[in-house]
Amino acid sequence: MNRRTLLLGAGAAMTLPAIGAQAQAAQITGAGASFPNPVYQKWAEAARSAINVQVNYQSVGSGAGINQIRNRTVDFGATDAPLNATQLTEGSLLQFPTVMGSLVAIVNIPGVENDQLKLTGPILADIYLGKITRWNDPRIVAINAGLTLPNLAIAPAYRADGSGTTFVWVSYLSDVSEEFKTRVGVGTSVRFPAGTGARGNEGVAGTVRQVRGAIGYVENAYAITNRLVTTQIQNRDGNFVKPEHETFMAAAGAADWNVPGFAANVVNTAGPQSWPIVAPTFILLPTNPADAARSANVRRFFDWAFKDGDRLAQELEYIPLPQSAKDAVRAAWNRQFGA
Amino acid sequence: MSQAATASPPAPARTARGAGNLGDIIFEWACRGAGIFVLLLLGAIIVELFIAGLPAFRAFGIGFIWSTEWDPVQEVFGAGVSIYGTVVTAVLAILLAVPVAFGIAFYLTELAPVWLRRPVGTAVELLAAVPSIIYGMWGFFVIVPAFATYIQPTLIDTLGELPLVGFLFQGAPFGTGIFTASFILAIMILPFIAATMRDVFEQVPPVYKESAYGLGATTWEVMRGVVIPYTRVSVVGGIMLGLGRALGETMAVTFVIGNANRITGSLFGPGNTIASLVALEFGESETGSLKLASLLALGFILFVLSFIVLATSRYLLRSRLKA
Repeated sequence: MNRRTLLLGAGAAMTLPAIGAQAQAAQITGAGASFPNPVYQKWAEAARSAINVQVNYQSVGSGAGINQIRNRTVDFGATDAPLNATQLTEGSLLQFPTVMGSLVAIVNIPGVENDQLKLTGPILADIYLGKITRWNDPRIVAINAGLTLPNLAIAPAYRADGSGTTFVWVSYLSDVSEEFKTRVGVGTSVRFPAGTGARGNEGVAGTVRQVRGAIGYVENAYAITNRLVTTQIQNRDGNFVKPEHETFMAAAGAADWNVPGFAANVVNTAGPQSWPIVAPTFILLPTNPADAARSANVRRFFDWAFKDGDRLAQELEYIPLPQSAKDAVRAAWNRQFGA
Repeated sequence: MSQAATASPPAPARTARGAGNLGDIIFEWACRGAGIFVLLLLGAIIVELFIAGLPAFRAFGIGFIWSTEWDPVQEVFGAGVSIYGTVVTAVLAILLAVPVAFGIAFYLTELAPVWLRRPVGTAVELLAAVPSIIYGMWGFFVIVPAFATYIQPTLIDTLGELPLVGFLFQGAPFGTGIFTASFILAIMILPFIAATMRDVFEQVPPVYKESAYGLGATTWEVMRGVVIPYTRVSVVGGIMLGLGRALGETMAVTFVIGNANRITGSLFGPGNTIASLVALEFGESETGSLKLASLLALGFILFVLSFIVLATSRYLLRSRLKA
C-alpha cells in the first residue's frame, strides 16, 4: 500500500468510519425485487466477512430492477417475474435463480383456526373472480366437512402495488382456472374483477386481519412472523397440503430447471406432498459487463450463497435451490464467462 | 369589481440606486434569476410530462381520458377510473370539510374569547403540518377498522335500503373505499380552509359588523348578511386551495381507498385516484413501456387539473388578501 492510498483511507476512515473499515472489500451493487430482499441483505452481511465482497442491494421492485440493469446502473438486477428468452437476448442478460419462496392464502373467518380451512385452486380463482362471494358457498362447504362456515361475505384482498408476489399468485390461479387466465391473465399487476387492493404485504395482512371474511395472499415468511391464519390448498395430485417446510421442499424438488433462462414453472408441480404455490426469484447479470471484475464478484457472491447460504435462507423461511439447480446455474456461468 | 378598485402600487423610485452599487445589481439579478428559474422549472415539468405521456395519448387517442379500462396484462390503459376517483374523493372531502372549517373560522373570529383565539388558531395550523403518511397510517389502523365494524354496516343497513339513493351505500363493509378516503382527505384539508376563512373573516371592517349589530341583527344574521357576502369570493378561493391539496394527496389515500381500478357506484366501494395509482404502479413499470407512458400521461392530467384549481383559487383570493 503506497502513501496516497493510506492517506485516502485515513481520510475516509475519519469522515465515514463504517465505510472506511471496509475499504478493501470488493464493492458490488444490485437492485430489484423486494421479495428476496431480507435474504440478500443477510447474505450480504455474512459474505462481507466470509469472502470480502460488499454487496449493496436496493429493494426497489422487480420492474425498477430490470430497468436499472438494462441501463447498466447496477452490477446485477433482481426480478421475481422471469424475463423470456427474447428479452434476455435483447438486454444481453444472463438470468439465474437464487432462492425460492412460497405463497400462502391467509383468511379471517370467525371460528376458523390456522390450517383448518381447505381450499382448492379453482375455488381460489373463483373467489378472486368474484364468482364465489360467501364463505358458506356449497363448493367450500363440500370439502370442509366438520368445519362450521358462517354466512359471511368473502372480501378478497390483493396487492395494489405492482409486485412479484402478485405475479406468482396469478400465475397459479391462471394455471388452475382457464377463466382466470383469459379474464385476468398474468402480470406483476393485474386487473382483479373483485376485492380491494392494499399496499405491500403488510397492507394485505392488515386488511385481512381487520376485515371479517377477508382472504389474502402473502409470502410464507410474512405469514409466519405475523402469526396469520393460513389454509390448506389442494395440490395437483389431489391432496390437501399444509404450508410447511416439507411440502415446500417437495415442490422445489419437482421443478424442471432445464428451460431457457431457468424460468422453471414451480407453480402447481406434481408430487403427493408438493405445496402448489412456490416460485424462484431471479438475478439478471449482463453478458457483456463493463467491468469484468465486478461481474466476477457478483458470481463469487452467489456461488458463496449457494454453498454457505442455505441455512440463512431457511432461517428466513426461504427455500434453498435443489443441488441440481445450483449445479446448472454454475454450468451456465462457466459457459458464458469461462471457468 | 374589487380588484379594479385596488390600483397597482406605484413603481418604486429608481433614483435610490446609485451608480457603482454592484451589490444591488447582483442582488437584483440573483432574485430575478430565482424567480425565472421557478417559471422555467414549472414549464419544463409540464412539457416533460406531456412528452413522456405522448405514447399513451397516441395509442389510445383522446379516449384515454374517459376510458375506464386499466389492464396491465393486455396493455390497455385508461384514465377514467382514476380521474373519477380523484374528483369524487376531492369533492366529497370538500363537502365534509367546508361546514366544519366554516364553524372553526367563525368561532375563532366572532365567538371565541380573545385569549383562546391564538391557541386554537395555532392548533388548526399545526394540523396542516402533520405529514400525510401519519394520516395514512392513522386511517388504516384506526379509521378503517372503525368504519368496517360500526359505521359502514349501520349505513349499509339503513341508508342502503332507501330508494333512488340506496345504491350509494351498498356493498361489503371493507372499511376502505371512496368514502373513507374522502373522510381522511377532509381532515387533511380542514386546516387549510379554516385558516384561509379565518384570515378573510378578519378582513371584514369592524364598522360593518358593528353597524349591523347596532341595527339589532343577531350573530347569525351578521354572519349571513355581512361577513359572508363581503368575503364570498375569498372563501371560495380558500376552498379551491383545499381542493387542490385533496386532488394531489397520495400517501394517505393509497392506504385507505381500496385501490381497485373499477367504478363501483357505491361510496363504500374501492376506487383509485391518479396520484395513488401512479405511486403504486411506478416501481413495476419498465422504461419505454406503454404502462409507464400511461402513468406519466396520468401525471400530466393531474398536473393540469391541479393547475386549473390552484390558478382559480389564486385568482379569487387575490383581491382580498392584497387589501
